[in-house]
Amino acid sequence: MKMNGGHALVQALEDVGVDTVFGYPGGVALPIFDALYDSKAIRTILPRHEQGAVHMADGYARVTGRPAAVIVTSGPGATNTVTGIANAYMDSIPMVVFTAQVATPVIGTDAFQESDITGITLPITKHNYLVKDANDLPEVIAEAFHIATTGRPGPVLIDVPADVSKTEITYKWPTALNLPGYKPTYKGHAKQIKQAADLIGKARKPLLYAGGGILASEAWKELKELAELMQIPVATTLMGKGAFPEDHHLYLGMPGMHGPKYVNYALTETDLLIAVGVRFDDRVTGKLSAFASKAKVIHADIDPAEIGKNKPVDVPIVGDAKGVLAALTAELRKAGAEPHTDAWMRVVDDWRARFPLHYDHDGSRLMPQLVVERIRELTKDRPTVICTEVGQNQMWSSQFCRIREARTWVSSGGLGTMGFGLPAAIGAQVGRPQYLVIDIAGDGSIQMNSQEMATASIEKLPVKVVILNNGFLGMVRQWQELFYEHRYASSVLDQDCPNFVKLAEAYGWRGERVDSPDQLDAALVAAFDHPGPALVDCRVVGEENVFPMVAPGGSIDEMLGGLPGGPVSDMMDDGAVTEVWE
Amino acid sequence: MKMQHTLSVLVENKPGVLTRVTSLFARRGFNIDSLAVGVTEDPTLSRITIVVGGEDTSLEQVAKQLHKLINVLKIQDLDPREMVDRELVLFKVNAPADRRHEIIEIANVFRAKIVDVGRNTLTIEATGADDKLAAMEDLLRTYGIKELARTGKIALSRGLREGA
Repeated sequence: MKMNGGHALVQALEDVGVDTVFGYPGGVALPIFDALYDSKAIRTILPRHEQGAVHMADGYARVTGRPAAVIVTSGPGATNTVTGIANAYMDSIPMVVFTAQVATPVIGTDAFQESDITGITLPITKHNYLVKDANDLPEVIAEAFHIATTGRPGPVLIDVPADVSKTEITYKWPTALNLPGYKPTYKGHAKQIKQAADLIGKARKPLLYAGGGILASEAWKELKELAELMQIPVATTLMGKGAFPEDHHLYLGMPGMHGPKYVNYALTETDLLIAVGVRFDDRVTGKLSAFASKAKVIHADIDPAEIGKNKPVDVPIVGDAKGVLAALTAELRKAGAEPHTDAWMRVVDDWRARFPLHYDHDGSRLMPQLVVERIRELTKDRPTVICTEVGQNQMWSSQFCRIREARTWVSSGGLGTMGFGLPAAIGAQVGRPQYLVIDIAGDGSIQMNSQEMATASIEKLPVKVVILNNGFLGMVRQWQELFYEHRYASSVLDQDCPNFVKLAEAYGWRGERVDSPDQLDAALVAAFDHPGPALVDCRVVGEENVFPMVAPGGSIDEMLGGLPGGPVSDMMDDGAVTEVWE
Repeated sequence: MKMQHTLSVLVENKPGVLTRVTSLFARRGFNIDSLAVGVTEDPTLSRITIVVGGEDTSLEQVAKQLHKLINVLKIQDLDPREMVDRELVLFKVNAPADRRHEIIEIANVFRAKIVDVGRNTLTIEATGADDKLAAMEDLLRTYGIKELARTGKIALSRGLREGA
């Protein structure tokens, strides 16, 4: 079939099964957008900033598991995608970003709106392409989606010069891909699986430490099977929230800097750490030498570069989480293994009872944690996706939400991108139209991409934004309070500026302000029941901290704040607790 | 442990691949001591030979990251006892008429060639392994080396081991 490069690009998107494009046009992108105009199979959503487009594709992929495409113009259009791409790269989120480029004869001449986007995105894409021959387009696009969605997923960028998208070609969808250097390992090595299963079968104090890899490989059923078979408690990382039902008796919580004390105690005391689809991020491990220092470590990941990167490993398993977990369970069943974790679970449950997440409230002041708890309770019976921004709002959300379904938690992990939540929520709403999609935001973060409120209105995407408005860059202020003698340099915002209710109304949203706990439920319910997008401006207590907290570089069992309880060694001295397994 | 490694990296012969490889080293704070690139017996593939010093563990991490590049097919950290390595060096040496003979003598001892004769200089082409070239450079220094260019080290594993 004869067609120009722009039409070939759109045809290829249809052939690869893309149903959503987040796109912002511009000069050299016009041939592509002109072709997109005719597509019946693809919904094109116009954001109000290119960064928003990428976060939307990110949110869409997190809730559906499928990649969306982003299409933007050259120069500033391309460079505006950089933060979004870096965010997706850090969190291993699949997507393909198309950037238009100046025509091939003028590449390298500092032409109008030229930027070397393949050079710029080299360290933040899984792979990228500059297409110089229109005939290569179908093959490059097929490769890009294959690379983005297989192995350890990630963003792939394709730079398409204007003359390439105008050139007439004979379109042919490739039947096979030629990627001799790309062969991700899916199947775990049988010997390693056996060795790991032996350790799990014998462990007295095992702990599953599960992350985003579980969600990427759709291994939540397999994770639950293994945990239940051997009665192993499960900690999920920020990226792994939703990989294990958080109302399950074996569920512990998020480990690390703002994890509940009992999770960090369990990580410190475990004798076998079963790490699957995680990367031992510094926000989880704290001081590495003290992290799970009594444990043998099994680490399964599809990316061999993650294994042993931060923490020495006893049993490395390179492979896909789904296959590896299923193989481990099968191996344990075959061996007739039985759980020996009664005593361990009693200890963990005792910690859980003694050191629950805690905040002070007198019922009159609006506490940010209360807002999150009420969101949790009021959405209990409806399918909900929780998105967050970055900072205190994110940590309180991770502490107080109960995510019970995989792919209903959307939060920027590795890059920690303020401004992620709203556009990601919009993308999530596109991916899950029947769900209630809520962005739990801070007054700082929401202002980083608030222009996307227009996108939600115009595209009829009824997302909800609940702002924990404390008038500060809360997490920055918290660090300044704790480590910089209360010197609040550049972290003071203003609860009244902007007037978020008016801002919401300006964009055609429902807006409501909440000043006290007694107004909270009614405002949240009204927002959630509103057929269109809605914002709730919660004027919360200004100087509240996220606790407990591990000081940067500290050992994770030595936490500030929360209920009294020192390092785990002190906790172990309570006779009742120690005797159970000695 | 910190030591020098010779990495032999087989890559697809495509534009931009060298940048992908070298920028990975730069990003992780490694200084590349020597670099040589050329097409292999298969015209669709190139071999990049990289000499780099660094901690074994961090170098292992770089090698793993290199493996993740889509255009990289194979990486070998060559064992110095199991490899053949060569480098070509051009020395332009001060050579007044009365000392020219000595310099030619040195070149002969090292089986090097005189490739250019100027009024006051000789240019010598020498190939070999590190120690030989270093010894020669040391000797020529007494005459004054005006300019020096090297190709960067190339290396292959020895014998019957499958080429990589």
